[in-house]
Amino acid sequence: MSYEVVIGLEVHAQLLTRTKLFCSCSTEFGGEPNKNTCPVCLGQPGTLPVLNRQAVEFAIRAGLATGCSIETKSVFARKNYFYPDLPKGYQISQYELPVCLKGHLDIEVDGKAKRVGLTRIHMEEDAGKLVHEHPETRAKDASWVDFNRGGTPLLEIVSDPDMRSPQEAVAYLKKLRTILVYAGVTDGNMEEGSLRCDANVSLRPFGQEKFGTKVELKNMNSFKNVEKAILYEIDRQGAILDGTMEGKIVQETRLWDADKSETHSMRGKEEAHDYRYFPDPDLLPLVLDQAWIERVRKELPELPEAKRERFMTQHHLPAYDAEVLVSAKGLADFFETCVAAYPQPKKVANWVINEFLRMIGNDETKIPASPLKPAHLAEAMKLVDDGAISGSVMKTVLQKVFETGAPPKSVVEKEGLAQISDTGALEAAVDEVIAANPKEVEKYKGGNEKILGFFVGQVMKKTGGRANPGVLNDLVKKKLS
Amino acid sequence: MELFDLTIHELADLLKQKKASSREITESVFKRVKAVDSKVHAYLSLAEEKALAQAKNADENVGAIHESPLRGIPLGIKDNFLIEGTKTTASSKILENYVAPYTATAAQKLLDQGAVVVGKLNLDEFAMGSSNENSAFGGVKNPWDLERVPGGSSGGSAAAVAAGECIAATGTDTGGSIRLPAALTNLVGLKPTYGRVSRYGIVAFASSLDQVGPLTKDVTDAAIMLNALAGHDPKDSTSLNLPVPDYTKALQKDLKGWKIGIPKEYFIDGTDVEVAKALQTAIETVKKLGAECVDVTLPHTDYGVPTYYILATAEASSNLARYDGIRFGYRNREAKDLTSLYKKSRSEGFGAEVKRRIMLGTYVLSAGYYDAYYLRGQKVRTLIRRDFEKAFEKCDVILTPVSPTPAWKTGEKASDPLKMYLSDIFTINVNLAGLPGMSLPCGFTGSRLPIGMQLIAKHFEEEKMLRVAYAYEQANEWHKKRPKLA
Repeated sequence: MSYEVVIGLEVHAQLLTRTKLFCSCSTEFGGEPNKNTCPVCLGQPGTLPVLNRQAVEFAIRAGLATGCSIETKSVFARKNYFYPDLPKGYQISQYELPVCLKGHLDIEVDGKAKRVGLTRIHMEEDAGKLVHEHPETRAKDASWVDFNRGGTPLLEIVSDPDMRSPQEAVAYLKKLRTILVYAGVTDGNMEEGSLRCDANVSLRPFGQEKFGTKVELKNMNSFKNVEKAILYEIDRQGAILDGTMEGKIVQETRLWDADKSETHSMRGKEEAHDYRYFPDPDLLPLVLDQAWIERVRKELPELPEAKRERFMTQHHLPAYDAEVLVSAKGLADFFETCVAAYPQPKKVANWVINEFLRMIGNDETKIPASPLKPAHLAEAMKLVDDGAISGSVMKTVLQKVFETGAPPKSVVEKEGLAQISDTGALEAAVDEVIAANPKEVEKYKGGNEKILGFFVGQVMKKTGGRANPGVLNDLVKKKLS
Repeated sequence: MELFDLTIHELADLLKQKKASSREITESVFKRVKAVDSKVHAYLSLAEEKALAQAKNADENVGAIHESPLRGIPLGIKDNFLIEGTKTTASSKILENYVAPYTATAAQKLLDQGAVVVGKLNLDEFAMGSSNENSAFGGVKNPWDLERVPGGSSGGSAAAVAAGECIAATGTDTGGSIRLPAALTNLVGLKPTYGRVSRYGIVAFASSLDQVGPLTKDVTDAAIMLNALAGHDPKDSTSLNLPVPDYTKALQKDLKGWKIGIPKEYFIDGTDVEVAKALQTAIETVKKLGAECVDVTLPHTDYGVPTYYILATAEASSNLARYDGIRFGYRNREAKDLTSLYKKSRSEGFGAEVKRRIMLGTYVLSAGYYDAYYLRGQKVRTLIRRDFEKAFEKCDVILTPVSPTPAWKTGEKASDPLKMYLSDIFTINVNLAGLPGMSLPCGFTGSRLPIGMQLIAKHFEEEKMLRVAYAYEQANEWHKKRPKLA
């Protein structure tokens, strides 16, 4: 029997604030363990939380960017449970009254458009990190806690159970990530954990209204893993429903094991925590005045849809180019920075889409670290225009820039890639090619003018593409006549 | 009279006139501590060396505010205030060796005024108790009768001030923990409006109820201490950003035109006969001073204690979760896995009353019980606050007893938690409503046990409360009596 899958996603996004959610410790990533800590984020007795204004502003931004209503009153609650990475014995989160409610995202799968509802967005603090071997000695006789991440601000974005395929789930996740990155609230890096995704997955016979028993999937740190884990879960649950696999679908949390490509049970409903949520008495209700919300709305960074329109009108790009470029904020920014230095948008777009995307393996998270910067691309294009290098060599030059980070000019010099326009320097090569190909010479002299291209090509090959095509053409003609 | 017998303002005068030095006062206090504390057991730790250095500083006027009446005055600090580099135990085994990594705002404010810190004072474990018998390091005795309790939870603070072991002390009040011990030891105890004094650096018991305040020998001293303690703290989101008046300016003798509310729910059968009589006399005195006494009603009074034991324990169960043996405090070293580490460390580290309240609080927040207990408790809390708001439409300040009985014998209520909880029936609702309240001496029983009366004012109207208290005090000699401790 075939079943309809029902998917809802819970996404945690780490906010790009400089300081933590309730204290002034730095949120800087990495570094010496427990360096970015203070009595407040270590849960020392007597400490109290003070809310980070910037985090609230980011939450408002995220809400506005996803069409949510911004709640003028929201409440921080305590989620109580014991774990060594949770210093206070509770996590400060929002529960009954979150800061954003009822938004939506528009996605497209196989040309079919769909609107996915957002249930809510709320703010919460992150936990620390457990390490099960000593950071220096590598001894495994004890566990260690690093609280650098503890207390950093997160947004939890909960979707409605609106997705009906793993592809839709991934499209939603990608779209959400793009919008959050555009809004400037998170860097969206899944591998480093600044964007984390849990999925609620259940099956039901087509036509049935009632949801089946849902399973919560955790530990999927890439788009690919989200898709694979959901696919695995659909197969597993389907087989159980069909009776081809033993067992029962129970409400539980399952962990995705990327190495084994399977999910396994982490805890069942019985072992689920009773979090004993209650409003945090150390914090007043968060009351937002309308003027603040309106200011954030006005200052909201340009979102993908608006940017795509602008690229088409302002830069006169075809729809396809615009779509590809705005699919990631880093890519769009790369394009525009380059256009500012080299105002030929279509040429730049071609290069970014055809070459740059290939260099970074279609992974825009690699853009910030890419040694090839927009200024390099602009410089290389100018070198071609000025006749300093040939168009065919530009690709080689930029590949080198991408590998080394050296500016195009110095790559050209160091690698000897400058265009050869001096006939004296080309003569020897032309003579050699003519001498080595008597048959082709005969054909040319017999009236086959098309064969001229063959000689030009051979010389180009010999010079590594560096010959000035115009000069070379004339020279070959002259030598053959 | 010895120096340790005097009040802050008396000593401040002597210091100003150079008739005494902070060093002499501090030495007098330490001499007294050495003479009597083995009987009273008010202190958990002493800081003699540091105190003498602070006294020297005050005498030489180095780094202290010259005009502050607290400059050079030896104070005791309840041991749930963190002071950097010194032990802060909250009278719990779980924090027995805990050294504070920072200083509480309230303590820092006193230090900034040039005060001398004598040491840290005993309390009921995590400020949970009404008799100071719940200290992991031994109970405190009442200097007026060493067989009796001083009240709790600021019992060490009360006993130390009453016995002359410090000139004044800090306390915290969650359900009466300043006012009750003050009443049982003939002191003035003031709980400010919730939000008036920073809670940053105070070991939390119940966050929405905890408030810092002073225990002093008279009303003037209370005003001086409140001047120093009050004010907004950006580190405490629940502290209010309102200007702080000079509370000593409120101290005037005349009460003409003032209306004092007498709530019938606080004058009930079951109150000790001598206490009831002392309160009636106090009401007559207030009238003689020109005030008009009006009947007011606080109909939800009876729900205070049960509401308190739902809300306070719920918050406590969460506030005390951080004592898990992981980062600081007591840890059972035999535990082999995480769950047993938690269980053993917390079972061994906490005392019986603390565990009782953690269990109660965990229960009322549990799935399925939250609405019936916690949520309902919050609603009743609102009703109690409204009672007061209504009553204050008819009067400036409310007058009530503090405790239904004078100090009771050690052990008398120790095995009956419910009976113990009822010692707070007259003080608890003030915390639930977030109001300022104070206790001041209003007489003695036949067997020379102190009796206290309570004044309650509207939010942030401490001045009114202090004015009535001062006028009453000046018409009496009760506050000048000191216990006869050998």
